[in-house]
Amino acid sequence: MAEKFDVIVVGAGPSGNAAAYTLAKSGLKVLQLERGEYPGSKNVQGAILYSDALERIIPDFRDDAPLERHIIEQRMWMMDDESYMGAHYRSNTFNKPPYNRYTIIRAQFDKWFSQKVQEAGALLICETTVSDLIMDDDRVIGVQTDRMGGSVFADLVILADGVNSVLARKAGFRPELNPGDVALAVKEIHFMPQETIESRFNLSGDAGVVIEMVGKITKGMMGTGFLYTNKESLTIGVGCMLSDFKKQAVSPHQLLEDLKGHPSVKPLLEGGEMKEYAAHLIPEGGYKAIPQIYGNGWLVVGDSGMFVNSVHREGSNLAMTTGRIAAETVIGLAQEGLPFTARNLAAYRTALDNSFVMKDLKKYKNLPGIFHSNPQFFTTYPDLMSQAAQTMLTVNGIDKKSKEREIRRSFTHKRSLFGLMGDAFKMWRAFE
Amino acid sequence: MSEETRVPAKKSGKGKYELSDELKAYKGVWVFIEHEQGGVHPVSWELLGEGRKLADKLEVPLSGVVLGAPSLATRRFCEEAFFHGADHCYLMEDVVLGNYRNQPFTKGLTDLVNAYQPEILLLGATTQGRDLAGSVATTLKTGLTADCTELNIDMENRSLAASRPTFGGSLLCTILTLNFRPQMATVRPRVMAMPNRDTSRTGTIIQHPLGMMEAEIVTKVLEYIPDNQQDKPQLAFADIIVSGGRGMKNPENFQLIWDLALLLGAEVGASRPVVQAGWVELDRQVGQSGKTVRPKLYIAAGISGAVQHRVGMADSDVIIAINNDPNAPIFDFATYGIVGNAMTILPALTQAFKQQLAVAKMAS
Amino acid sequence: MHIVVCIKQVPDSAQIRVHPVTNTIMRQGVPAVVNPYDLFSLEEALRLKDIHGGCVTVITMGPPQAEAALRKCISYGADEAILVTDRAFAGADTLATSFALAAAINQISKNQAVDMVFCGKQTIDGDTAQVGPGIAKRMDMQLLTYVSQVDSVDTTSRTIQVQRRAEGGVQVLTTQLPCLVTMLEGTNEMRFATMDNMFRAARHQLKIWDRVAAGIEDVSKIGLKGSPTVVSKVFAPQAKTQRAEIIESESGEPRDLALTLVSKLFTQHPSASEAVVKQAA
Ligand SMILES: Cc1cc2nc3c(=O)[nH]c(=O)nc-3n(C[C@H](O)[C@H](O)[C@H](O)COP(=O)(O)OP(=O)(O)OC[C@H]3O[C@@H](n4cnc5c(N)ncnc54)[C@H](O)[C@@H]3O)c2cc1C
Ligand SMILES: Cc1cc2nc3c(=O)[nH]c(=O)nc-3n(C[C@H](O)[C@H](O)[C@H](O)COP(=O)(O)OP(=O)(O)OC[C@H]3O[C@@H](n4cnc5c(N)ncnc54)[C@H](O)[C@@H]3O)c2cc1C
Ligand SMILES: Nc1ncnc2c1ncn2[C@@H]1O[C@H](COP(=O)(O)O)[C@@H](O)[C@H]1O
Repeated sequence: MAEKFDVIVVGAGPSGNAAAYTLAKSGLKVLQLERGEYPGSKNVQGAILYSDALERIIPDFRDDAPLERHIIEQRMWMMDDESYMGAHYRSNTFNKPPYNRYTIIRAQFDKWFSQKVQEAGALLICETTVSDLIMDDDRVIGVQTDRMGGSVFADLVILADGVNSVLARKAGFRPELNPGDVALAVKEIHFMPQETIESRFNLSGDAGVVIEMVGKITKGMMGTGFLYTNKESLTIGVGCMLSDFKKQAVSPHQLLEDLKGHPSVKPLLEGGEMKEYAAHLIPEGGYKAIPQIYGNGWLVVGDSGMFVNSVHREGSNLAMTTGRIAAETVIGLAQEGLPFTARNLAAYRTALDNSFVMKDLKKYKNLPGIFHSNPQFFTTYPDLMSQAAQTMLTVNGIDKKSKEREIRRSFTHKRSLFGLMGDAFKMWRAFE
Repeated sequence: MSEETRVPAKKSGKGKYELSDELKAYKGVWVFIEHEQGGVHPVSWELLGEGRKLADKLEVPLSGVVLGAPSLATRRFCEEAFFHGADHCYLMEDVVLGNYRNQPFTKGLTDLVNAYQPEILLLGATTQGRDLAGSVATTLKTGLTADCTELNIDMENRSLAASRPTFGGSLLCTILTLNFRPQMATVRPRVMAMPNRDTSRTGTIIQHPLGMMEAEIVTKVLEYIPDNQQDKPQLAFADIIVSGGRGMKNPENFQLIWDLALLLGAEVGASRPVVQAGWVELDRQVGQSGKTVRPKLYIAAGISGAVQHRVGMADSDVIIAINNDPNAPIFDFATYGIVGNAMTILPALTQAFKQQLAVAKMAS
Repeated sequence: MHIVVCIKQVPDSAQIRVHPVTNTIMRQGVPAVVNPYDLFSLEEALRLKDIHGGCVTVITMGPPQAEAALRKCISYGADEAILVTDRAFAGADTLATSFALAAAINQISKNQAVDMVFCGKQTIDGDTAQVGPGIAKRMDMQLLTYVSQVDSVDTTSRTIQVQRRAEGGVQVLTTQLPCLVTMLEGTNEMRFATMDNMFRAARHQLKIWDRVAAGIEDVSKIGLKGSPTVVSKVFAPQAKTQRAEIIESESGEPRDLALTLVSKLFTQHPSASEAVVKQAA
């Protein structure tokens, strides 16, 4: 007896949960399939949660969601081997509810979100991998799972299966992953007493700090490091483009080990007990890498649609937003009694184009390429900036004017004046 | 002891426990002498060695308990119990006790306890001991600490402090049975040292009838198939084990394990992937879901030392690890390590043992 | 045939991961699973149901989260699931656990007589192997532990024949139903749940019993109060932190390494080397 549903959602990450929740709430018969032992068992994120996206789905999420700390301070560190040069922004306006950003631990967060999805009426089945889409001509009519008697049918299948999206590739909806479009990130969680964290980062209550790091820590590869404060733990991680890892003979583990050993980072982690280690891909191709996201009987949401804003480290919010908008599109069609054809589902793409999702991704569409072909952003500049700071800050009887001259000379020596101006121009264009 | 007469236990806080007069009458340390097919399980002698220490601390006698069919053998077991440290032996002889069966043995041991009231009763954590201990403790409604690795006396309360691994061996806990008697514990084989056998020792035998007829016993033994007749591997009792893991790469290379084992007269063990690949039978798997072994010498080649393997063999006296990865976890707890290719080290080791054995032979 | 299988939810020691760089154990977020030994018993019960018909009821005593473990058993093919949960059960040792479970099974049998009870050989967290024998005693059932094979069950004469692992061999035993069986590990392999059973498990309405529903009136026999044993302390084992002595030789040749090792063994470990000489002879 093969079951039939209105919608099958593949994956129980933020995008799948957002879609399944919204659909089930509207009364549609929803099945969600997840290959992990439980939602979140295999999922990885830094993780920063942006309130807005979730608030639009579950307005009162703050009541019971497992949130770690709300962020009141952002630090940006440009690092060389010995030093960092940084900008810190801390504001008490961030310390007033409703808070805008939180740190979370995904395993707990996904479990909570999934509970909400099930309470909304969706049926969740875990430990079940969708192996294929069942097609009728060019229309998706169901999914094939890895279990005996494993075909399940539906009017629509939403692919929320994450960055790898084997299903979309198998079905020919999207090309193979390009190593230049994905980053490989590794992270660890280090546990330590709450008081230690609060005194090390000058915090109280549930307030938290994030540190974003760039520079020589990625050994010339395009990537960043990060350190987030949770309630009783710190998350530290680093990620670089997969294509760069392939070229460079350094492993992600080693990169993280070196970052942890950096003289500015090490004291922050001291005394912690490392309890969790994970590695995961992040789609970072941006706007240009977005594949076809709808067709006859199918939609793509979240990472599997490459919806990540790597510049601002936003992923889960785009995942939830695309999941919600996809669901709203479907609900709209269902209410009007319209079939889930590619033509009708095109409304999803239009809705996304009009949302911050596509607008933001479009804004930075050239950025990945610039960093890619200009490794100096990750090597030469951090060194130069640090030298400059050192020169200015070392009191040694040399007058400031000579020091400035020396700094300028060192910059142009390392990289031509034209190069410097070119870089500045490229950056300006990309962020404009 | 009826349940109604019991005083509710005071569970927390330190302090002295005053036993009721009824329970104060329980005196002495008992060890259940387990036997099967005419042989006593060595764990019983190990327990007598340990029981001796407990009895001396408490200044009470140590007794063995033998249940079996009337025969010369049961008498001999009592005698052996004296040699291994017992002062007395409680002997229950009946034809229905010929083969171990839960029902008559539970009745027999329970009756003995009720009649002679020991304060401590120890059994081996074997298939027989665990089967019997659970039934006896439930019948007596007393506490039982299973699979202990350490026994002591908490002198203040005159109670048995039994320590056992918990949470998969990552922690130990000490368990007391404060106001119930007897205090029961099972102890894993090969954890306690074997005591010296002193043939000059003697003791008294106290006989007690079972009072049960075959017709009352529901379970019947149709047959007993000894392992040696089945040609089954005997890892649990082996003095030497040579084990191979996935690092041996294929069944042909695994032959090198057999070669060394053959020379040493050792049993062959394996990690789970090797068993799953079908290179050796299930009975050879060492670890959490396999056998727990405690040989005098354990040689592990191409085994990473995952925690599930480790828990099955970490108590071996000497562990030799051969692995080409200097960071393999097995080097964290082995006695000796050779970093290198097992395919070349193993034949060299076989050769080296051959030479050493030749020397040893000449010397003797 | 009506078979009851006792299962317990335990932390999955197998999922305790090891960090690739530091080799430290990572316990964070280790999920709970059905005690692996219980699955051998459940599978055997399901096989008997396949042959003789009837139904399999799984039961656990534990916190509300243990529901997940029961659902898992439904997905394998169990028909009914009962979660016995009550604050009063907290702190139970094996004696109190077997009391509560025996009471609950008696309660089950009021609806439909129970022919067999299965328990796991032992749990991986408690690891005592005492709860099964305890239940059998309290229910006055015949006890068959460490069963390596169920040879046959005759539902008319209500007899069962099994092979039971003893220390030095295998006992072939026959006894009367009802009886309690604990299966030896590795004796069968749990089936892979079908899609239909996954649906059934996801939708199944579990029975949730508190103390009263389980037929227990006397609170002095359950939980901490009904437990004669007291945990007096928990401590870390003396860490065998000393790493292996890595054998080295000037040449680094296998031959020299092997000779160095063997001579160390013979000079420094008399009992191991005696065993070698004795066994090799
Ligand atoms: C190290 C790191 C740090 C990050 N930091 C942040 C951050 O701070 N803030 C932020 O907003 N974003 C961050 N991101 C990005 C964010 O994690 C992702 O954008 C987000 O998880 C995407 O959600 P998703 O639901 O699309 O995919 P996923 O979370 O990957 O979920 C996909 C789900 O589908 C399941 N699945 C896959 N295939 C199948 C199949 N065939 N059958 C059944 N189930 C299947 C998977 O098991 C998984 O549960 C980070 C990512 C990484 C790797
Ligand atoms: C529920 C559960 C229960 C389990 N129970 C058990 C159990 O009872 N017993 C058990 O063993 N496992 C058990 N496991 C599996 C366990 O987790 C490990 O996977 C297993 O022990 C690994 O076996 P291994 O060391 O042979 O293989 P691997 O981990 O693959 O290690 C192979 C080793 O060989 C080394 N090597 C490779 N080539 C060479 C060479 N040429 N020369 C020398 N060394 C070489 C490698 O460096 C490596 O260290 C269980 C797992 C689970 C989930
Ligand atoms: N809380 C429990 N609920 C149900 N069954 C249990 C429980 N505890 C133990 N058991 C059963 O008893 C067996 C032996 O457990 P243990 O004595 O703890 O090693 C287990 O494998 C289970 O089948």
